[in-house]
Amino acid sequence: MAFTLKINGSSHEVDVDGDIPLLWVLRDVLGMTGTKFGCGQALCGACTVHVDGQPVRSCQTSVDSVGDGAVTTIEAIGRTPQGAALQKAWLDLEVVQCGYCQSGQIMSAAALLKDTPKPGDADIDSAMSGNVCRCGTYQRIRAAIKHAAGV
Amino acid sequence: MDRLIPTNRVEAEAAMSRRTLLQGAGLLLGFALTGASTEPVFAAPASQVVENEITGTFAPNGFIRINPTGAVTLIMPMVEMGQGVYTSLAMLLAEELEVRLDQIQVQHAPPNEALYVNSVIGIQNTGGSSSVRAFWTPLRQAGAVGRNLLIAAAAKRWNVDPATCRARNGAVFDATGAKHLSYGELAEAAAKLPVPPAANVKLKDPRDFTLIGTRAKRIDSSIKVDGRALYGIDVRLPGMKVAAVAISPVLGGSAKTVNESAALAVKGVRQVVNIGEAVAVVADHMGAARKGLEAAAVTWDDGPNAKVNNADIVKQLEEESKKPGVVARNDGDAGKALAAAAQRLDAVYQVPFLAHATMEPMNCTVHLQKDRCDIWVGTQAPTITQALVVELTGLPKAVIKIHNHLIGGGFGRRLEADGTVLAVKIARHVDGPVKVIWSREEDIQHDMYRPYYLDRLSAGLDAAGKPVAWTDRIAGSSIFARYYPPYIKDGLDPDAVEAAAEPPYALPNIHVDYVQVEPRGVRTSWWRGVGPTHNVFVVESFIDELAHAAKQDPLAYRKGLLGHNPRALAVLSLAAEKAGWGSPLPARHGRGISVQFAYGSYTSQVAEVEVAADGAVRVKRIVCAIDCGMYVNPDTIEAQVQGGTLFGLTAALHGSITFKDGRVEQSNFDTYLPMRIDEVPVVETHLIKNAEAPGGVGEAPTAIVSAAVTNAIFAATGRRVRSLPIDTASLKSSS
Repeated sequence: MAFTLKINGSSHEVDVDGDIPLLWVLRDVLGMTGTKFGCGQALCGACTVHVDGQPVRSCQTSVDSVGDGAVTTIEAIGRTPQGAALQKAWLDLEVVQCGYCQSGQIMSAAALLKDTPKPGDADIDSAMSGNVCRCGTYQRIRAAIKHAAGV
Repeated sequence: MDRLIPTNRVEAEAAMSRRTLLQGAGLLLGFALTGASTEPVFAAPASQVVENEITGTFAPNGFIRINPTGAVTLIMPMVEMGQGVYTSLAMLLAEELEVRLDQIQVQHAPPNEALYVNSVIGIQNTGGSSSVRAFWTPLRQAGAVGRNLLIAAAAKRWNVDPATCRARNGAVFDATGAKHLSYGELAEAAAKLPVPPAANVKLKDPRDFTLIGTRAKRIDSSIKVDGRALYGIDVRLPGMKVAAVAISPVLGGSAKTVNESAALAVKGVRQVVNIGEAVAVVADHMGAARKGLEAAAVTWDDGPNAKVNNADIVKQLEEESKKPGVVARNDGDAGKALAAAAQRLDAVYQVPFLAHATMEPMNCTVHLQKDRCDIWVGTQAPTITQALVVELTGLPKAVIKIHNHLIGGGFGRRLEADGTVLAVKIARHVDGPVKVIWSREEDIQHDMYRPYYLDRLSAGLDAAGKPVAWTDRIAGSSIFARYYPPYIKDGLDPDAVEAAAEPPYALPNIHVDYVQVEPRGVRTSWWRGVGPTHNVFVVESFIDELAHAAKQDPLAYRKGLLGHNPRALAVLSLAAEKAGWGSPLPARHGRGISVQFAYGSYTSQVAEVEVAADGAVRVKRIVCAIDCGMYVNPDTIEAQVQGGTLFGLTAALHGSITFKDGRVEQSNFDTYLPMRIDEVPVVETHLIKNAEAPGGVGEAPTAIVSAAVTNAIFAATGRRVRSLPIDTASLKSSS
C-alpha cells in the first residue's frame, strides 16, 4: 500500500504494508540511517523520532499510524533550537562514545527541552530513562542536557 | 613498502571530504537559512572518519598517507567502538608528524597482520585494553619517520641543512620561518626519499609533547550527534537485500519445519534461506523480512543440548573445582600455613554468564561472488574474520575484502566472527549483496557469554590478623583454549587467572590453581575483561572478609599489605581520601573499597551505597583513582572510567544469563536489564600523573567496581555478597 510521509519537511512516497514499522521505512526504504535499531520492542529508545513534535519509538510505530504527522529525525533535529543546542552541548561536553544510541538520546532530550526548557534531575530521569546507553555516557548526557538548557 | 598498501581506489567522495576539510576543518557552528526558516542550524563539518580506502602519494609506512592536495590520512590499526582510539591513536601519530587533529582524516585499516598487529595481543585485534600500550611507540615512530622525510624533502628543495628546518601544523618551515611548504606540496618529493628504519628516528621527549596528554576533542563526535556516523548496520549497496534471521534456540539444533509459502506471501519478501542451524528471510527491507520470518513460524529439532540447564552447569563446576587444577602460583607452603593459622576462612564465590548486549545488534553484509567476497562489518578482529571467510569460501585471502566500520558497542563481542560466518553461509544462497541483521532477542540468546566461574578460597590469619596463607582455585571456561591456543602455556590460561595469581598484596604462602571446565551447549567468549572482571571481585571481596575477621578497617588492612607496592598504595590512598573514607554515614549506608593491578594499570575505587529496608541497592557515588602511567587524553580516560564503571555495575546489579532446556531464558532489555539514567551514580575520576609506561584503561573500572559495591553493602548491612548479580532479597532489613 502506498503512503505519503512528511519527513523533515519533505514528502516521501513509500509502498509498503501498513503494519511495517516506521523505523524500517526510514532506514531501508528511504535510506535515512541516522535512526537506529536497538531492540524492536520500544525498550531502548535508539529508534526515537518525533511525530508532530512528540517523541515516539519508531520500531513500534506502524507506518499507517503516522498519517499526516510531521516526522522529524536526527538528520533534521538540528534545525530546531533545542536540537541545535543539544548537539552543541553534546560536542562541548564530549558525550559520545560508540555513539550508536546517541541519535535516540538527542531526540528524547530535544522533546524534553521543548516541553520543559529548564529541566531538573527528575525531569531528565523521567524523559530519558527509556533510552539505553551501554557505553555508560549517562553522566555526560545529564550534564549536556543541563548545559544546553542553561541550568 | 608500497606494494603492501592497498591501491584500489580513491573515491570522489573521499576527495570531496578532503576538499571540505581543507576549506575549514574543525567544527563549524553557525546560523544559516534553510528554506523559509531562520532558526539556528547546526552546520556539520565533513566527516573525519572516511570509509573508502585512501592511497597516498607519500606513504612511508602503514599509517600515513599524504596526497599533493594536502590531505593527511591516518590509517587506524585499531577499531573505534567508543573507547576513543581514533582520537588517541591519531594524537600519537599527529604529535610526531606535526599535524593538527583537525587537519587529518582517519580510515579503518584493512586486515594486515604485518602492518597493523597489536603487539600486546599478537593479532590485529582491538581488545584487552591494549591499544595505547601496543601503539604508543610504533605510531610515534611512524609519525617521526614521516616528519623527517617531509623535512628532508623541503631542505633539499631549499638546499639547506634539514636540521635548520622545522615542521609544524602540516607544513615545513625554514630557519627564518619566512619560507614554508605544506606536506601536500612535499608529498611527491618525500615519497622518493629512502625511508629510514623506524627504530632509528629520534622521538620527542615527553616533556615537549603539545598534543599527547591534552584534552583534545574526539574526532568522531560530530558525525555521532547528527546521524551521519556509519556503522556496519548502516551499509547500503546497490541491489542489496536485507535478511532477518532465526537461529536454533538450542546450540546444535536445526530447523524442523519452515512455512516458506507464508513467508513469501509477505509483501517485499524475496527468498527464504534454510541452512539448518538458522533460517533467514530475505527481503527488500527489514520490516518485510521480520514480518516474513514471523510468518515462517520456524520449529526446531533441539539436538543434543536440549537438556542443558543452569543448575547442572553449576553442579559440574562445584564437583570439578574439588579437584586440583593447573598451578598458576605457588609461593611458600600454603597448605601447611593454613593448617597452622590462628584463624581460618573459607568461601565460595560465583559469577554468572553475561551477555554483551551491544547497542548495535550483530549484523554483517556480504556480497559473495564467484571470484571474490566483500564483507561489510564492524569487527574488533579483521584478520580473524578474513581467515574464517577464506576457510568457508575457499577463496584466496587477497579477494576477501573486509570493509571495517565504526562499532556500535564491542565489549569483546566483536572479537568473534560468528556473525560473519553465519552471514556468509546465508549469502551463498543469495544473488547479490545481503545484509543480515539479528534481532535483539537473537543477539542476547546467541551471544558468546562471559563464562560462569566458581572459585574456592581459603585463608589463614595469624593471631594479629595478618594473612599467613591464601589459596584460590578458579573453575570455569577457558576462552584462550578455543580462541588462541598459543597463549596456553603448560596448560594454564593466563587470562583465567589474571589478577588472581598476582594479587597486589604481600601474601607469604599463596597457592592459586585453575580448573578448566567447559559447559556443554554454551558458547563462551571475551567480555569487557574476563579474568579480572571475576578475579578482582573475588580477591577484593575475600580480602575484605579477612579485614573483618581481623577486626580491622578495610582500608587500613589493605594498606598494611601494600607496603611493597607503592603505586597500588597510592591509588588506594587517593581514592579513600577523595571519597572521605571514615566520615560518618547514615544507617544502612556504607562505603566499600577495592584496588587492583590489571591491564597494566593501578586502579582503586570507593563505592558509597544505600541499602533500603526491602534490600534495594542504590549506588550513590563512585570515586575512582587510576594510575595508567603516561596517558594520551585525560578526557577519554574520564569517559572510560565513567562508562567502564557503569558496565561493571550494571552486571553486578542486574546481569545474568541462565539456561533452561538448552535455551537462554533472557531475551531483550526487559529481561537482561541495562542500567538506565535514573539509576546511575556520580562517578569521579582522579588521575595520577607520572612517567611510567602506559597502561590500559577501558576494562579496568569494569573489573574493579563490583567488589567496591559489595564491600559497601557489607559495611551497610553486615551481609557478605559472594555471588553476582547481587541478590537484593537477601539484603532485606531483619528489623
